[in-house]
Amino acid sequence: MTKAKTLYEKIWDAHVVDQRDDGTALIYIDRHLVHEVTSPQAFEGLRKAGRKVRRPDLTLAVPDHNLPTTARLDAEGNKIPIADPASAAQLEALEANAPAFGIKYIGASDINQGIVHVIGPEQGFTLPGTTMVCGDSHTAAHGALGALAFGIGTSEVEHVLATQTLQLSRSKSMEIRVEGLLCPGISPKDLILHIIGVIGTAGGTGHVIEYRGEVFEQMSIEGRLTISNMSIEAGARAGLIAPDDKTYAYLKGRPMAPKGADWDAAVAYWKTLPTDEGAIFDKSVTINAADVSPTVTWGTSPEDVVPVNGTVPAPESFADPSKQDAARKSLDYMGLESGQALRDVMVENIFIGSCTNSRIEDLRAAAAVLEGRKKADNVKWAIVVPGSGLVKAQAESEGLDRIFTDAGFEWREPGCSACLGMNPDKVPAGERCASTSNRNFVGRQGPGARTHLMSPAMAAAAAVTGRLTDVRELTR
Amino acid sequence: MQPVQRVEGRAIPFGQKNVDTDVIISAKWLKTVSREGLGAGAFESIRAQEGNIFDDPEYAGASILIAGDNFGCGSSREHAAWALDDMGIKAVIAPSFSDIFSGNAFKNGLLAIALPQDAINRLMEVARTDPITIDMESMSVTTPFQDRFVFEMDPFRHQCLIEGLDEIDLTMAKADAIKRHEMNSDSAQPWLKPVAA
Repeated sequence: MTKAKTLYEKIWDAHVVDQRDDGTALIYIDRHLVHEVTSPQAFEGLRKAGRKVRRPDLTLAVPDHNLPTTARLDAEGNKIPIADPASAAQLEALEANAPAFGIKYIGASDINQGIVHVIGPEQGFTLPGTTMVCGDSHTAAHGALGALAFGIGTSEVEHVLATQTLQLSRSKSMEIRVEGLLCPGISPKDLILHIIGVIGTAGGTGHVIEYRGEVFEQMSIEGRLTISNMSIEAGARAGLIAPDDKTYAYLKGRPMAPKGADWDAAVAYWKTLPTDEGAIFDKSVTINAADVSPTVTWGTSPEDVVPVNGTVPAPESFADPSKQDAARKSLDYMGLESGQALRDVMVENIFIGSCTNSRIEDLRAAAAVLEGRKKADNVKWAIVVPGSGLVKAQAESEGLDRIFTDAGFEWREPGCSACLGMNPDKVPAGERCASTSNRNFVGRQGPGARTHLMSPAMAAAAAVTGRLTDVRELTR
Repeated sequence: MQPVQRVEGRAIPFGQKNVDTDVIISAKWLKTVSREGLGAGAFESIRAQEGNIFDDPEYAGASILIAGDNFGCGSSREHAAWALDDMGIKAVIAPSFSDIFSGNAFKNGLLAIALPQDAINRLMEVARTDPITIDMESMSVTTPFQDRFVFEMDPFRHQCLIEGLDEIDLTMAKADAIKRHEMNSDSAQPWLKPVAA
């Protein structure tokens, strides 16, 4: 009898090119996504060493991080220049590097353009059982389709471009088993924030997570993408969900997905991937789905979560003295007092977007709350940034854009936007943002910006009331 | 990569836990096409505060940084490793590191040395007044007061660091094995080739 294996072990074993005695292995990489911020130095390195890209056909480049989310073409269809010269230079570098090395490039004004982690699944570039990398830590998202996907640094980007492999040590495996089903009105974002709160931002370090349980089986692929996306916020490099009929139905017919007989062979292989009965995980955590409420962050680490109907915790309530110190600093930065009710916290900015929550289901969930409503007067800036041109077009065909603009939101072009404060979309210092993104770090959305992470429906509810709000109050 | 056998010098007793790469180098510094000059932006939000440890003259020219658990968490930006290197840091000592940061550090010859919290506490104390030495051959951290803490390191990374090996060259030498893997998957899993959209 063969040894029972986890999904992670099966994908790893199928990609070992060379095994070293010290336990590290050379692992083949099936898919490589490239964007403008973490690639210029890698291409420069190739050029200096006179190296080529080994497999341009397995590589896909698209700009997203730096790109402004305002109109890209004028009325005559001409490119609108980018004001910031450093951003413009970085975008030009990708636009030149991709064709110079034979890599397919999706340009800024192409309808297929979008955030790398939105377009990978959308184009069928992401497939179950593949190894996938990108110079971005949220590459973990693609684990939702059963791909072993993880973020890498620029030197590794160069290594993959040159050799289509990475030298890696096998990670430990971690099972996150969720028992039961989510209560009505609770979203995948609430669940992943809750999970990070339970295991902590270093809880998954050195591990590859596999999310297991009925809640994930019932969840849509887009919901699963939100879950896997934030695995890195729990310290794990990758977060897998076993492929199933929903995965195949999602991928079938996507532009870059296999076709015809290849499709049938692929599905037959994918069906062998789920973790075998009796396979052993190095670590296992059980979460009760019924414990998950609408969740928001109060501090400056994604583990600083609390139910929206709760209060800001007291630093003394943490056992670890260094966590107490960190909590004091967080409260000072966030301008919050311990014991304060989260529902009393007023917000001036709303951001719906990012690789975590910018897909069509996210926009539908937010629009459902906003339909027939307006943003509160104290909300100064509210933007919706679709994850891709295709998501944007789909939303417009459903009339969602009008619901957003009628409510007082700006309807933008696809990109990373206000998730990371490196393009013009920033939250002003000292102001709060109800944000569907993934990181509430100090300065993440702009210097001095105060981020509260939450689901798209919760961000929409905050826009309507002007304060952090339990969305169920508006949908009852 | 330059070989790294030994790092010796003053250490900044920073000690903070969960230092994310946004704190090490914020996004506005990432709009560069070069690896140089990022030290000016390192720990910017902390250096904006008066009396911060990074601008304390006591630690001017320090080559080691001592931090708390989970150093380098968050974004994969290698700019964090480049910024530390540019500010003169040759090694970070902490109880644990994020997986991506420790990989990025390694690729740049920046040592990421993991030691238990009690060793960190002792080194933080010594760092306030005296230098610290990291010896890669014996894989140990020592102080002028006879403290000696032994660390572990992935053997492959250890060898690359002390010999200054270029990882891409090492992998290129395995070109036959890579070709074999590609030929096998071309025949067994032809669907792995993306359809040209």
